[in-house]
Amino acid sequence: MQQLFTTLLTGLTLGMVYAAFALALVLIWRATRIVNFAQAPMAMLTTYVALVLIEAGYSYWLGFAAALLSGLVLGALVERFVIRYVDPRSEINPVILTLGLFIVLHALAALVFGARYRSFPAPFGLRGFQVGDTTIALTGFGIFTILSVLAVVVLLVLLFRYTDVGLKMRASAFNQEVARLLGVRVGRMLTLGWALAAVVGSLSGLLIAGGGLVHPSFMDGVVVYGFVAAVLGGLDSPVGAVAGGLILGLSLSLVSGYVGSQLVSLAALAILMAVLLVRPGGLFARVRERRV
Amino acid sequence: MLSVRDLTAGYGAVTALDGVSFDAAEGEITAVLGANGAGKSTLLRTISGLVRPSRGSVTLAGLDLGTVPVEGMAAVGLAHVPEGRGVITELTVEENLRLGALGRGGRVGAADLERAYSLFPILAQRYRASAHVLSGGERQMLVIARALLARPRVLLLDEPSLGLAPRIVVQIFELVQTLVRADGLTVVLVEQNARSALSIANRGVVLNLGRVVVSDEAAALAGNERLRHAYLGF
Repeated sequence: MQQLFTTLLTGLTLGMVYAAFALALVLIWRATRIVNFAQAPMAMLTTYVALVLIEAGYSYWLGFAAALLSGLVLGALVERFVIRYVDPRSEINPVILTLGLFIVLHALAALVFGARYRSFPAPFGLRGFQVGDTTIALTGFGIFTILSVLAVVVLLVLLFRYTDVGLKMRASAFNQEVARLLGVRVGRMLTLGWALAAVVGSLSGLLIAGGGLVHPSFMDGVVVYGFVAAVLGGLDSPVGAVAGGLILGLSLSLVSGYVGSQLVSLAALAILMAVLLVRPGGLFARVRERRV
Repeated sequence: MLSVRDLTAGYGAVTALDGVSFDAAEGEITAVLGANGAGKSTLLRTISGLVRPSRGSVTLAGLDLGTVPVEGMAAVGLAHVPEGRGVITELTVEENLRLGALGRGGRVGAADLERAYSLFPILAQRYRASAHVLSGGERQMLVIARALLARPRVLLLDEPSLGLAPRIVVQIFELVQTLVRADGLTVVLVEQNARSALSIANRGVVLNLGRVVVSDEAAALAGNERLRHAYLGF
Protein backbone atom coordinates (compact mmCIF):
# COMPACT_ATOMS: atom_id res chain seq x y z
CA MET A 1 0.00 0.00 0.00
CA GLN A 2 2.71 2.41 0.96
CA GLN A 3 4.75 1.47 -2.06
CA LEU A 4 1.78 2.10 -4.33
CA PHE A 5 1.26 5.53 -2.75
CA THR A 6 4.94 6.36 -3.16
CA THR A 7 4.94 5.18 -6.75
CA LEU A 8 1.85 7.20 -7.63
CA LEU A 9 3.23 10.38 -6.07
CA THR A 10 6.51 10.00 -7.94
CA GLY A 11 4.55 9.38 -11.13
CA LEU A 12 2.41 12.45 -10.57
CA THR A 13 5.44 14.72 -10.20
CA LEU A 14 7.18 13.21 -13.19
CA GLY A 15 3.96 13.34 -15.20
CA MET A 16 3.61 17.05 -14.58
CA VAL A 17 7.07 17.67 -16.06
CA TYR A 18 6.24 15.56 -19.12
CA ALA A 19 2.95 17.45 -19.33
CA ALA A 20 4.77 20.79 -19.44
CA PHE A 21 7.10 19.60 -22.16
CA ALA A 22 4.24 18.04 -24.13
CA LEU A 23 2.32 21.30 -23.80
CA ALA A 24 5.24 23.15 -25.37
CA LEU A 25 5.24 20.73 -28.30
CA VAL A 26 1.45 20.98 -28.71
CA LEU A 27 1.43 24.79 -28.71
CA ILE A 28 3.83 24.79 -31.66
CA TRP A 29 2.18 21.89 -33.47
CA ARG A 30 -1.21 23.59 -33.27
CA ALA A 31 0.09 26.86 -34.63
CA THR A 32 2.54 25.70 -37.29
CA ARG A 33 2.12 21.93 -37.77
CA ILE A 34 5.75 21.38 -36.81
CA VAL A 35 7.03 18.95 -34.18
CA ASN A 36 9.74 21.04 -32.61
CA PHE A 37 12.50 18.59 -31.69
CA ALA A 38 14.71 21.59 -30.92
CA GLN A 39 12.50 22.22 -27.88
CA ALA A 40 14.83 20.05 -25.78
CA PRO A 41 18.09 21.92 -26.46
CA MET A 42 16.23 25.23 -26.30
CA ALA A 43 15.10 24.37 -22.77
CA MET A 44 18.62 23.15 -22.01
CA LEU A 45 20.13 26.48 -23.08
CA THR A 46 17.75 28.53 -20.98
CA THR A 47 18.42 26.28 -17.98
CA TYR A 48 22.12 27.07 -18.42
CA VAL A 49 21.24 30.77 -18.37
CA ALA A 50 19.68 30.22 -14.95
CA LEU A 51 22.65 28.14 -13.80
CA VAL A 52 25.20 30.78 -14.80
CA LEU A 53 23.31 33.46 -12.90
CA ILE A 54 22.84 31.25 -9.82
CA GLU A 55 26.52 30.26 -9.81
CA ALA A 56 27.42 33.94 -10.09
CA GLY A 57 25.70 34.42 -6.74
CA TYR A 58 22.25 35.63 -7.75
CA SER A 59 19.18 34.08 -6.18
CA TYR A 60 17.51 30.96 -7.55
CA TRP A 61 14.40 32.96 -8.40
CA LEU A 62 16.30 35.51 -10.46
CA GLY A 63 17.84 32.64 -12.42
CA PHE A 64 14.39 31.08 -12.75
CA ALA A 65 12.87 34.28 -14.14
CA ALA A 66 15.85 34.86 -16.45
CA ALA A 67 15.49 31.34 -17.87
CA LEU A 68 11.80 31.85 -18.65
CA LEU A 69 12.49 35.27 -20.16
CA SER A 70 15.34 33.96 -22.29
CA GLY A 71 12.99 31.16 -23.40
CA LEU A 72 10.52 33.80 -24.55
CA VAL A 73 13.21 35.59 -26.55
CA LEU A 74 14.78 32.41 -27.94
CA GLY A 75 11.40 31.03 -29.06
CA ALA A 76 10.54 34.28 -30.83
CA LEU A 77 13.95 34.46 -32.52
CA VAL A 78 13.81 30.86 -33.72
CA GLU A 79 10.37 31.38 -35.27
CA ARG A 80 11.11 34.75 -36.80
CA PHE A 81 14.56 34.03 -38.23
CA VAL A 82 14.62 30.28 -38.85
CA ILE A 83 11.18 28.70 -39.08
CA ARG A 84 9.61 31.62 -40.99
CA TYR A 85 11.77 30.84 -44.01
CA VAL A 86 10.92 27.19 -44.39
CA ASP A 87 8.40 26.26 -47.07
CA PRO A 88 5.15 25.52 -45.19
CA ARG A 89 3.92 23.21 -47.96
CA SER A 90 6.68 20.71 -47.27
CA GLU A 91 6.04 18.30 -44.41
CA ILE A 92 9.57 17.02 -43.97
CA ASN A 93 11.62 20.23 -44.35
CA PRO A 94 10.56 21.81 -41.04
CA VAL A 95 11.24 18.57 -39.16
CA ILE A 96 14.74 18.32 -40.64
CA LEU A 97 15.22 21.97 -39.75
CA THR A 98 14.30 21.46 -36.08
CA LEU A 99 16.61 18.41 -35.95
CA GLY A 100 19.39 20.55 -37.42
CA LEU A 101 18.67 23.21 -34.84
CA PHE A 102 18.85 20.46 -32.21
CA ILE A 103 22.44 19.67 -33.21
CA VAL A 104 23.49 23.30 -33.57
CA LEU A 105 22.13 24.30 -30.16
CA HIS A 106 23.82 21.27 -28.54
CA ALA A 107 27.16 22.23 -30.02
CA LEU A 108 26.63 25.84 -29.03
CA ALA A 109 25.93 24.85 -25.41
CA ALA A 110 29.02 22.64 -25.27
CA LEU A 111 31.13 25.51 -26.62
CA VAL A 112 29.75 28.19 -24.34
CA PHE A 113 29.01 26.29 -21.14
CA GLY A 114 31.26 23.22 -21.46
CA ALA A 115 30.18 19.60 -21.76
CA ARG A 116 30.77 18.55 -18.15
CA TYR A 117 28.05 17.72 -15.62
CA ARG A 118 27.16 20.59 -13.32
CA SER A 119 24.78 20.38 -10.39
CA PHE A 120 21.70 22.56 -10.38
CA PRO A 121 20.16 23.76 -7.10
CA ALA A 122 16.53 23.34 -6.05
CA PRO A 123 14.62 26.08 -4.22
CA PHE A 124 12.79 23.66 -1.95
CA GLY A 125 13.63 20.51 -0.05
CA LEU A 126 14.37 17.31 -1.94
CA ARG A 127 13.52 15.03 0.97
CA GLY A 128 10.09 13.57 1.44
CA PHE A 129 7.84 14.88 4.16
CA GLN A 130 7.81 13.02 7.44
CA VAL A 131 4.42 11.77 8.61
CA GLY A 132 4.76 9.90 11.89
CA ASP A 133 7.66 7.57 11.21
CA THR A 134 7.06 7.11 7.46
CA THR A 135 8.44 9.31 4.71
CA ILE A 136 6.09 10.34 1.93
CA ALA A 137 7.54 10.44 -1.56
CA LEU A 138 6.31 13.98 -2.01
CA THR A 139 9.10 16.53 -1.68
CA GLY A 140 8.90 20.31 -1.36
CA PHE A 141 10.31 20.58 -4.87
CA GLY A 142 7.78 18.01 -6.06
CA ILE A 143 4.93 20.16 -4.79
CA PHE A 144 6.51 23.18 -6.46
CA THR A 145 6.73 21.18 -9.71
CA ILE A 146 3.07 20.23 -9.63
CA LEU A 147 1.86 23.72 -8.69
CA SER A 148 4.01 25.56 -11.22
CA VAL A 149 2.86 23.38 -14.12
CA LEU A 150 -0.76 23.73 -12.96
CA ALA A 151 -0.29 27.51 -12.83
CA VAL A 152 1.06 27.53 -16.39
CA VAL A 153 -1.88 25.45 -17.62
CA VAL A 154 -4.39 27.77 -15.93
CA LEU A 155 -2.65 30.88 -17.32
CA LEU A 156 -2.64 29.42 -20.84
CA VAL A 157 -6.32 28.50 -20.62
CA LEU A 158 -7.16 32.03 -19.45
CA LEU A 159 -5.04 33.51 -22.23
CA PHE A 160 -6.56 31.40 -25.01
CA ARG A 161 -10.13 31.49 -23.80
CA TYR A 162 -10.64 34.97 -22.47
CA THR A 163 -8.27 37.42 -24.15
CA ASP A 164 -8.31 38.99 -27.59
CA VAL A 165 -4.70 37.98 -28.21
CA GLY A 166 -5.56 34.40 -27.31
CA LEU A 167 -8.50 34.43 -29.72
CA LYS A 168 -6.28 35.81 -32.50
CA MET A 169 -3.65 33.16 -31.78
CA ARG A 170 -6.22 30.39 -32.01
CA ALA A 171 -7.72 31.83 -35.20
CA SER A 172 -4.23 32.00 -36.74
CA ALA A 173 -3.56 28.42 -35.75
CA PHE A 174 -6.82 27.06 -37.16
CA ASN A 175 -7.23 29.05 -40.35
CA GLN A 176 -4.48 31.43 -41.42
CA GLU A 177 -6.23 32.77 -44.51
CA VAL A 178 -9.49 33.63 -42.77
CA ALA A 179 -7.59 35.13 -39.85
CA ARG A 180 -5.60 37.39 -42.20
CA LEU A 181 -8.75 38.50 -44.02
CA LEU A 182 -10.22 39.47 -40.65
CA GLY A 183 -7.20 41.65 -39.95
CA VAL A 184 -5.19 39.35 -37.67
CA ARG A 185 -1.42 39.75 -38.07
CA VAL A 186 -0.81 36.03 -38.35
CA GLY A 187 3.00 36.27 -38.46
CA ARG A 188 3.08 38.03 -35.10
CA MET A 189 0.75 35.47 -33.59
CA LEU A 190 3.01 32.62 -34.74
CA THR A 191 6.06 34.33 -33.25
CA LEU A 192 4.16 34.79 -30.00
CA GLY A 193 3.08 31.14 -30.07
CA TRP A 194 6.67 29.92 -30.42
CA ALA A 195 7.78 32.31 -27.69
CA LEU A 196 5.14 31.06 -25.25
CA ALA A 197 5.90 27.43 -26.10
CA ALA A 198 9.58 28.03 -25.39
CA VAL A 199 8.69 29.54 -22.00
CA VAL A 200 6.72 26.41 -21.10
CA GLY A 201 9.60 24.27 -22.40
CA SER A 202 12.05 26.27 -20.30
CA LEU A 203 9.92 25.64 -17.22
CA SER A 204 10.14 21.90 -17.80
CA GLY A 205 13.92 22.27 -18.18
CA LEU A 206 14.18 24.03 -14.82
CA LEU A 207 11.98 21.41 -13.17
CA ILE A 208 14.01 18.50 -14.54
CA ALA A 209 17.27 20.20 -13.60
CA GLY A 210 16.25 21.13 -10.05
CA GLY A 211 18.31 19.12 -7.57
CA GLY A 212 19.96 17.22 -10.40
CA LEU A 213 22.72 17.53 -12.96
CA VAL A 214 22.84 19.73 -16.05
CA HIS A 215 24.83 18.96 -19.20
CA PRO A 216 24.19 19.68 -22.89
CA SER A 217 22.02 16.61 -23.43
CA PHE A 218 20.17 16.48 -20.12
CA MET A 219 16.83 17.26 -21.83
CA ASP A 220 17.17 14.75 -24.67
CA GLY A 221 15.33 11.95 -22.88
CA VAL A 222 12.54 14.32 -21.97
CA VAL A 223 11.86 15.18 -25.61
CA VAL A 224 11.06 11.51 -26.22
CA TYR A 225 8.70 11.20 -23.25
CA GLY A 226 7.23 14.64 -23.90
CA PHE A 227 6.58 13.68 -27.51
CA VAL A 228 4.94 10.41 -26.48
CA ALA A 229 2.77 12.32 -23.98
CA ALA A 230 1.78 14.84 -26.67
CA VAL A 231 0.88 12.08 -29.14
CA LEU A 232 -1.12 10.27 -26.43
CA GLY A 233 -3.16 13.45 -26.04
CA GLY A 234 -3.62 13.87 -29.78
CA LEU A 235 -0.94 16.53 -30.51
CA ASP A 236 -3.66 19.12 -31.08
CA SER A 237 -5.11 19.40 -27.64
CA PRO A 238 -3.44 21.22 -24.73
CA VAL A 239 -5.72 19.41 -22.29
CA GLY A 240 -4.71 16.16 -23.97
CA ALA A 241 -1.03 17.04 -23.55
CA VAL A 242 -1.45 17.47 -19.81
CA ALA A 243 -3.51 14.28 -19.51
CA GLY A 244 -1.01 12.43 -21.71
CA GLY A 245 1.86 13.64 -19.52
CA LEU A 246 0.12 12.46 -16.36
CA ILE A 247 -0.85 9.08 -17.84
CA LEU A 248 2.70 8.52 -19.04
CA GLY A 249 4.28 9.66 -15.76
CA LEU A 250 2.03 7.43 -13.66
CA SER A 251 2.38 4.38 -15.94
CA LEU A 252 6.15 4.65 -16.18
CA SER A 253 6.40 5.09 -12.43
CA LEU A 254 4.29 1.97 -11.89
CA VAL A 255 6.46 0.02 -14.35
CA SER A 256 9.61 1.25 -12.66
CA GLY A 257 8.27 0.47 -9.16
CA TYR A 258 6.72 -2.93 -9.80
CA VAL A 259 8.34 -4.39 -12.91
CA GLY A 260 11.80 -2.99 -13.20
CA SER A 261 13.33 0.38 -14.00
CA GLN A 262 15.23 -0.94 -17.01
CA LEU A 263 11.88 -1.48 -18.79
CA VAL A 264 10.76 2.15 -18.58
CA SER A 265 11.66 3.24 -22.11
CA LEU A 266 10.23 0.03 -23.53
CA ALA A 267 7.01 0.61 -21.59
CA ALA A 268 6.74 4.13 -23.02
CA LEU A 269 7.00 2.68 -26.51
CA ALA A 270 4.41 -0.01 -25.70
CA ILE A 271 1.95 2.58 -24.36
CA LEU A 272 2.44 4.72 -27.46
CA MET A 273 1.83 1.75 -29.76
CA ALA A 274 -1.24 0.62 -27.83
CA VAL A 275 -2.83 4.07 -28.01
CA LEU A 276 -2.02 4.51 -31.69
CA LEU A 277 -3.57 1.12 -32.44
CA VAL A 278 -6.78 1.79 -30.56
CA ARG A 279 -7.15 5.52 -31.17
CA PRO A 280 -4.84 6.67 -33.97
CA GLY A 281 -5.79 10.31 -33.41
CA GLY A 282 -4.74 10.22 -29.77
CA LEU A 283 -6.87 9.90 -26.66
CA PHE A 284 -8.24 13.45 -26.87
CA ALA A 285 -8.52 14.03 -30.59
CA ARG A 286 -11.81 15.51 -31.59
CA VAL A 287 -13.32 13.77 -34.56
CA ARG A 288 -12.61 15.92 -37.57
CA GLU A 289 -15.62 16.88 -39.57
CA ARG A 290 -15.75 15.85 -43.16
CA ARG A 291 -15.21 18.73 -45.54
CA VAL A 292 -18.07 19.02 -47.99
CA MET B 1 -16.63 52.98 -54.53
CA LEU B 2 -14.52 50.03 -55.71
CA SER B 3 -12.72 50.46 -58.97
CA VAL B 4 -10.86 47.65 -60.74
CA ARG B 5 -8.60 48.58 -63.66
CA ASP B 6 -6.83 46.25 -66.09
CA LEU B 7 -6.35 43.62 -63.37
CA THR B 8 -4.12 40.73 -64.47
CA ALA B 9 -3.08 37.86 -62.23
CA GLY B 10 -2.29 34.19 -62.36
CA TYR B 11 -0.79 31.18 -60.66
CA GLY B 12 2.62 30.40 -62.10
CA ALA B 13 2.33 30.19 -65.87
CA VAL B 14 -1.49 30.11 -65.80
CA THR B 15 -3.18 33.46 -66.32
CA ALA B 16 -6.43 33.46 -64.37
CA LEU B 17 -7.33 37.14 -64.84
CA ASP B 18 -6.54 39.01 -68.02
CA GLY B 19 -7.06 42.78 -67.98
CA VAL B 20 -10.28 42.89 -65.97
CA SER B 21 -11.86 46.32 -65.40
CA PHE B 22 -15.17 47.22 -63.72
CA ASP B 23 -16.63 49.55 -61.12
CA ALA B 24 -18.80 48.66 -58.16
CA ALA B 25 -20.90 51.70 -57.29
CA GLU B 26 -21.59 52.71 -53.71
CA GLY B 27 -24.73 51.18 -52.23
CA GLU B 28 -25.15 48.74 -55.09
CA ILE B 29 -24.81 45.02 -55.63
CA THR B 30 -22.49 44.11 -58.48
CA ALA B 31 -22.79 40.48 -59.54
CA VAL B 32 -19.72 38.77 -61.04
CA LEU B 33 -20.92 35.84 -63.13
CA GLY B 34 -19.42 33.14 -65.31
CA ALA B 35 -18.69 29.46 -65.54
CA ASN B 36 -16.36 27.45 -63.34
CA GLY B 37 -12.78 28.55 -63.93
CA ALA B 38 -13.79 31.91 -65.41
CA GLY B 39 -11.65 33.66 -62.80
CA LYS B 40 -14.40 34.84 -60.44
CA SER B 41 -12.79 33.69 -57.19
CA THR B 42 -9.36 34.80 -58.35
CA LEU B 43 -10.82 38.24 -58.99
CA LEU B 44 -11.99 38.53 -55.37
CA ARG B 45 -8.74 37.05 -54.04
CA THR B 46 -6.76 39.59 -56.03
CA ILE B 47 -8.92 42.48 -54.82
CA SER B 48 -8.32 41.49 -51.18
CA GLY B 49 -4.59 40.94 -51.75
CA LEU B 50 -4.46 37.16 -51.26
CA VAL B 51 -3.22 37.00 -54.85
CA ARG B 52 -0.91 39.78 -55.99
CA PRO B 53 -1.67 41.10 -59.49
CA SER B 54 1.05 41.19 -62.13
CA ARG B 55 -0.61 44.27 -63.66
CA GLY B 56 -3.46 46.64 -62.97
CA SER B 57 -4.88 48.26 -59.88
CA VAL B 58 -7.76 48.23 -57.41
CA THR B 59 -8.87 51.39 -55.60
CA LEU B 60 -11.35 51.67 -52.75
CA ALA B 61 -12.80 55.20 -52.51
CA GLY B 62 -9.59 56.51 -54.09
CA LEU B 63 -7.22 54.44 -51.92
CA ASP B 64 -4.85 52.20 -53.88
CA LEU B 65 -5.28 48.73 -52.36
CA GLY B 66 -2.03 47.53 -53.94
CA THR B 67 -0.17 49.07 -51.01
CA VAL B 68 -2.39 47.51 -48.33
CA PRO B 69 -1.38 44.10 -46.89
CA VAL B 70 -4.10 41.44 -46.57
CA GLU B 71 -4.14 41.98 -42.81
CA GLY B 72 -4.89 45.67 -43.37
CA MET B 73 -7.92 45.23 -45.64
CA ALA B 74 -10.40 44.98 -42.75
CA ALA B 75 -9.15 48.29 -41.35
CA VAL B 76 -9.64 50.16 -44.67
CA GLY B 77 -13.20 48.85 -44.95
CA LEU B 78 -12.91 45.82 -47.21
CA ALA B 79 -14.41 42.53 -46.06
CA HIS B 80 -13.92 39.32 -48.02
CA VAL B 81 -16.06 36.25 -47.30
CA PRO B 82 -14.15 33.49 -49.08
CA GLU B 83 -15.67 30.53 -50.88
CA GLY B 84 -16.48 27.52 -48.76
CA ARG B 85 -17.78 29.67 -45.88
CA GLY B 86 -14.59 30.43 -43.94
CA VAL B 87 -16.15 29.67 -40.57
CA ILE B 88 -13.46 28.73 -38.08
CA THR B 89 -15.14 25.56 -36.88
CA GLU B 90 -12.82 25.07 -33.91
CA LEU B 91 -14.15 28.27 -32.35
CA THR B 92 -17.59 29.00 -30.93
CA VAL B 93 -20.15 31.12 -32.77
CA GLU B 94 -19.50 34.01 -30.40
CA GLU B 95 -15.72 33.74 -30.83
CA ASN B 96 -16.11 33.88 -34.61
CA LEU B 97 -18.16 37.05 -34.20
CA ARG B 98 -15.66 38.61 -31.75
CA LEU B 99 -12.92 37.96 -34.28
CA GLY B 100 -14.82 40.02 -36.85
CA ALA B 101 -14.85 43.07 -34.63
CA LEU B 102 -11.17 42.69 -33.73
CA GLY B 103 -10.32 43.24 -37.38
CA ARG B 104 -11.15 46.90 -37.28
CA GLY B 105 -9.12 47.18 -34.09
CA GLY B 106 -12.17 47.38 -31.88
CA ARG B 107 -13.89 45.21 -29.37
CA VAL B 108 -17.24 43.71 -30.02
CA GLY B 109 -19.81 45.83 -28.20
CA ALA B 110 -23.18 44.72 -26.88
CA ALA B 111 -24.83 46.80 -29.61
CA ASP B 112 -22.79 45.05 -32.31
CA LEU B 113 -23.77 41.60 -31.10
CA GLU B 114 -27.39 42.64 -30.67
CA ARG B 115 -27.52 43.83 -34.28
CA ALA B 116 -25.89 40.62 -35.51
CA TYR B 117 -28.35 38.54 -33.51
CA SER B 118 -31.37 40.54 -34.70
CA LEU B 119 -30.32 40.03 -38.34
CA PHE B 120 -29.54 36.37 -37.71
CA PRO B 121 -31.77 35.14 -34.86
CA ILE B 122 -30.49 31.60 -35.27
CA LEU B 123 -27.02 32.71 -34.15
CA ALA B 124 -28.41 34.14 -30.92
CA GLN B 125 -29.72 30.73 -29.91
CA ARG B 126 -26.41 29.03 -30.53
CA TYR B 127 -23.80 31.65 -29.71
CA ARG B 128 -22.09 29.41 -27.18
CA ALA B 129 -22.05 26.40 -29.48
CA SER B 130 -18.99 25.29 -31.38
CA ALA B 131 -19.32 26.55 -34.95
CA HIS B 132 -18.87 23.06 -36.38
CA VAL B 133 -22.39 22.05 -35.30
CA LEU B 134 -23.93 24.73 -37.55
CA SER B 135 -25.63 23.80 -40.82
CA GLY B 136 -24.39 25.15 -44.15
CA GLY B 137 -26.92 27.97 -44.17
CA GLU B 138 -26.15 28.91 -40.59
CA ARG B 139 -22.45 28.99 -41.40
CA GLN B 140 -23.09 31.34 -44.29
CA MET B 141 -25.08 33.59 -41.96
CA LEU B 142 -22.28 33.47 -39.42
CA VAL B 143 -19.58 34.54 -41.88
CA ILE B 144 -21.72 37.38 -43.20
CA ALA B 145 -22.50 38.51 -39.65
CA ARG B 146 -18.80 38.25 -38.80
CA ALA B 147 -17.82 40.30 -41.84
CA LEU B 148 -20.37 43.00 -40.91
CA LEU B 149 -18.92 43.36 -37.41
CA ALA B 150 -15.80 44.87 -39.00
CA ARG B 151 -18.16 47.59 -40.36
CA PRO B 152 -16.96 47.29 -43.95
CA ARG B 153 -17.75 49.71 -46.78
CA VAL B 154 -17.27 47.01 -49.40
CA LEU B 155 -18.26 43.37 -48.93
CA LEU B 156 -16.88 40.72 -51.27
CA LEU B 157 -19.07 37.60 -51.19
CA ASP B 158 -17.75 34.46 -52.88
CA GLU B 159 -20.47 31.93 -53.85
CA PRO B 160 -22.73 32.36 -50.81
CA SER B 161 -25.30 29.99 -52.37
CA LEU B 162 -22.83 27.11 -52.83
CA GLY B 163 -24.33 23.86 -51.60
CA LEU B 164 -27.34 25.47 -49.93
CA ALA B 165 -31.02 24.56 -50.32
CA PRO B 166 -32.94 26.99 -52.58
CA ARG B 167 -35.05 28.20 -49.66
CA ILE B 168 -31.91 29.15 -47.70
CA VAL B 169 -30.39 30.84 -50.77
CA VAL B 170 -33.45 33.09 -51.06
CA GLN B 171 -33.18 33.92 -47.37
CA ILE B 172 -29.52 34.85 -47.65
CA PHE B 173 -29.96 36.90 -50.81
CA GLU B 174 -32.85 38.82 -49.24
CA LEU B 175 -30.63 39.52 -46.29
CA VAL B 176 -27.84 40.88 -48.48
CA GLN B 177 -30.38 43.13 -50.18
CA THR B 178 -31.62 44.40 -46.81
CA LEU B 179 -28.07 45.23 -45.74
CA VAL B 180 -27.41 47.18 -48.90
CA ARG B 181 -30.61 49.21 -48.49
CA ALA B 182 -30.20 49.81 -44.76
CA ASP B 183 -26.46 50.54 -44.55
CA GLY B 184 -25.54 51.69 -48.04
CA LEU B 185 -23.12 48.75 -48.19
CA THR B 186 -21.36 48.09 -51.50
CA VAL B 187 -21.43 44.40 -52.42
CA VAL B 188 -19.47 42.46 -55.03
CA LEU B 189 -21.27 39.13 -55.34
CA VAL B 190 -19.56 36.25 -57.11
CA GLU B 191 -22.12 33.63 -58.11
CA GLN B 192 -22.51 30.49 -60.15
CA ASN B 193 -26.24 30.81 -59.62
CA ALA B 194 -26.65 33.64 -62.15
CA ARG B 195 -30.43 33.84 -62.15
CA SER B 196 -30.70 34.43 -58.38
CA ALA B 197 -27.74 36.78 -58.36
CA LEU B 198 -29.15 38.96 -61.15
CA SER B 199 -32.50 39.13 -59.36
CA ILE B 200 -30.95 41.14 -56.51
CA ALA B 201 -28.02 42.81 -58.31
CA ASN B 202 -27.98 46.30 -59.79
CA ARG B 203 -25.25 45.52 -62.29
CA GLY B 204 -23.54 42.41 -63.59
CA VAL B 205 -20.11 41.59 -64.95
CA VAL B 206 -19.74 38.39 -66.97
CA LEU B 207 -16.30 36.76 -67.02
CA ASN B 208 -15.04 34.10 -69.38
CA LEU B 209 -11.50 32.67 -69.29
CA GLY B 210 -10.31 35.59 -67.18
CA ARG B 211 -11.69 38.37 -69.40
CA VAL B 212 -14.78 40.55 -69.12
CA VAL B 213 -17.28 39.48 -71.81
CA VAL B 214 -19.88 42.08 -70.97
CA SER B 215 -20.73 44.45 -68.16
CA ASP B 216 -24.21 45.96 -67.95
CA GLU B 217 -27.34 46.61 -65.90
CA ALA B 218 -28.55 43.41 -64.24
CA ALA B 219 -31.93 43.61 -65.96
CA ALA B 220 -30.32 43.96 -69.38
CA LEU B 221 -28.12 40.91 -68.79
CA ALA B 222 -31.07 38.84 -67.57
CA GLY B 223 -33.01 39.89 -70.69
CA ASN B 224 -30.29 38.93 -73.15
CA GLU B 225 -31.20 35.41 -74.15
CA ARG B 226 -28.09 34.66 -76.20
CA LEU B 227 -25.77 35.76 -73.41
CA ARG B 228 -27.75 33.73 -70.87
CA HIS B 229 -27.45 30.59 -72.94
CA ALA B 230 -23.78 31.08 -73.78
CA TYR B 231 -22.37 32.09 -70.38
CA LEU B 232 -24.96 32.05 -67.62
CA GLY B 233 -26.59 28.68 -68.01
CA PHE B 234 -30.24 29.65 -67.69
